[in-house]
Amino acid sequence: MSAPLLSIRGLRAGYGPIDVLHDMDLTVHSGEIVAMIGANGAGKSTTLMAISGVVRPRAGEVRFDGHDLRALPAHQIVCLGLAHSPEGRKIFPRLTVLENLQMGAFSRTNPQEIAADLESAFTMFPILRERMHQAGGLLSGGQQQMLAIARALMIRPKLLLLDEPSLGLAPQIVSQIFNVIRDLNQKGVSVLLVEQNARMALKIAHRGYVLETGRITLADKAETLLHDPRVRAAYLGE
Amino acid sequence: MLVMWAAFDWTNFGQQTINGLTIGALIALIALGYTMVYGIVELINFAHGDLFMLGCFLALSLVSVFGLNEAGVLATMPWWRILGPVLLCFLVIPLFCAGLNLAVDRVVYKPLRNAPKLAPLVSAIGVSFIFMNIGLFWGGAQDVNFPDLVAAAWPEKSADGERIQTGIVRNLLADSDTGLRFTVKDAMVIGVTVPLMLALSLFVSFTKTGKAMRATAQNPVAAQLMGINVDWVIGVTFLIGGAMAGFGSVMYALTLNTVGYQMGFQNGLYAFTAAVLGGIGNIYGAVLGGIVIGLVRSLGSEYVGETWTSALVFAVLIVILVFRPSGLLGSRTPEKV
Repeated sequence: MSAPLLSIRGLRAGYGPIDVLHDMDLTVHSGEIVAMIGANGAGKSTTLMAISGVVRPRAGEVRFDGHDLRALPAHQIVCLGLAHSPEGRKIFPRLTVLENLQMGAFSRTNPQEIAADLESAFTMFPILRERMHQAGGLLSGGQQQMLAIARALMIRPKLLLLDEPSLGLAPQIVSQIFNVIRDLNQKGVSVLLVEQNARMALKIAHRGYVLETGRITLADKAETLLHDPRVRAAYLGE
Repeated sequence: MLVMWAAFDWTNFGQQTINGLTIGALIALIALGYTMVYGIVELINFAHGDLFMLGCFLALSLVSVFGLNEAGVLATMPWWRILGPVLLCFLVIPLFCAGLNLAVDRVVYKPLRNAPKLAPLVSAIGVSFIFMNIGLFWGGAQDVNFPDLVAAAWPEKSADGERIQTGIVRNLLADSDTGLRFTVKDAMVIGVTVPLMLALSLFVSFTKTGKAMRATAQNPVAAQLMGINVDWVIGVTFLIGGAMAGFGSVMYALTLNTVGYQMGFQNGLYAFTAAVLGGIGNIYGAVLGGIVIGLVRSLGSEYVGETWTSALVFAVLIVILVFRPSGLLGSRTPEKV
């Protein structure tokens, strides 16, 4: 197998005096959807933050596409083609939908490519075209999630980190979002998906990790995890 | 009632309005620095007023270099020999204030970026005192006269249009029958401030950097995840805020002709009030707030009394905040979570 797109080894990270992640190993290969499931506070979001450089890792190795991410500040990590759509969407509420998307393309310079990607974002989420000139904060929760994903895609990423895309959304919207994730993956975008909705995440993922109090406790094919009795009991409510 | 209406001196009212707008424009320039910095790093940069004061002192030193500060020299000097140093001031002082503001951010505030908000705030007060003492050392404890260059270059003509009246600035409305004074100084303040604000507004609305500034103000973490170098954006903000204060310094010195080490405190306080009144973080709010405060000061000192001016300004602030807690233009777009 070729070198993984993202490889994390012995990662330790946290806030203030507290370590949230201890000695974590994780890989994402090109073309994969990898799901990371775990309870609240297990460190799922912190993992993503440590990858994208918002939280600085304290130990270990984070490599992406041949680059050592620990040597780079967050705004340069983005330029390597690593997009992070954070938990709670974090769109810019007083920028218009269009401006939000333009901010996604901040690190890019080719105006034709940006225009083309803007067009495909609008094709993927037609509602965003309709509301192009409205403030992002006026969108509904589901529309904001679409905007957050579309904005991350404007980076034209090789790897998309998605943090809780289903959070607080109606079931119908959730399945719409998951369909989009699957479509994106078929177009060649690798995805590292953090979800509370473990069942849906594992259904679309190729592989999965279970995170408990900052440690990976299970790592396997998503299909296998879906049928693992420990996972079923702890995360699938069975 | 009718008698009172007839007796009301509309000319005087108009005059006070003109004066208020001029002062308001100056306050607005300083207020922009408060509001932009607050919008991005949520820091009330208490040193900003003192930065403005240092700009005034540098302007004084600069015109002194050209010998414009010596007694009697202005009366015989042709206008073009005055214009050069004035234009130089408009170039040098904004650059100085912008650079100094950036330096303060990099040296004092940046190391405290992730500290509790109180730490940079107290540091800002410290920087304010340092600046004030530099001003004290530079210009002395007494207010200093700033030469009235505008009046010297564009003096009022006498009624026959032949002789000039030295020391009195030209009134551009002298030939109209309005009875109002709109002097070259007023024209300068409006003529510099309005284009500056338009330029700033266009910059923030339409340029990539301007949009990045707004994005960073709304969510710095998300801005980082877009590939925006937040430290760079903060630096640009301090530069622009400083430059605006610098333009304010030059015009204040040229218009009011007195500089002193304490001027930063009082004008800074008015400007900060303007920023809060307009809705802190909003650049249009800072402009509106500056104009409101200028008008309240000017009309208040005419119709209520000079001694009540400050009390009146803060009374207006309180009334507005009671009805609009986030200021006149303060944005309260809900953020759905």
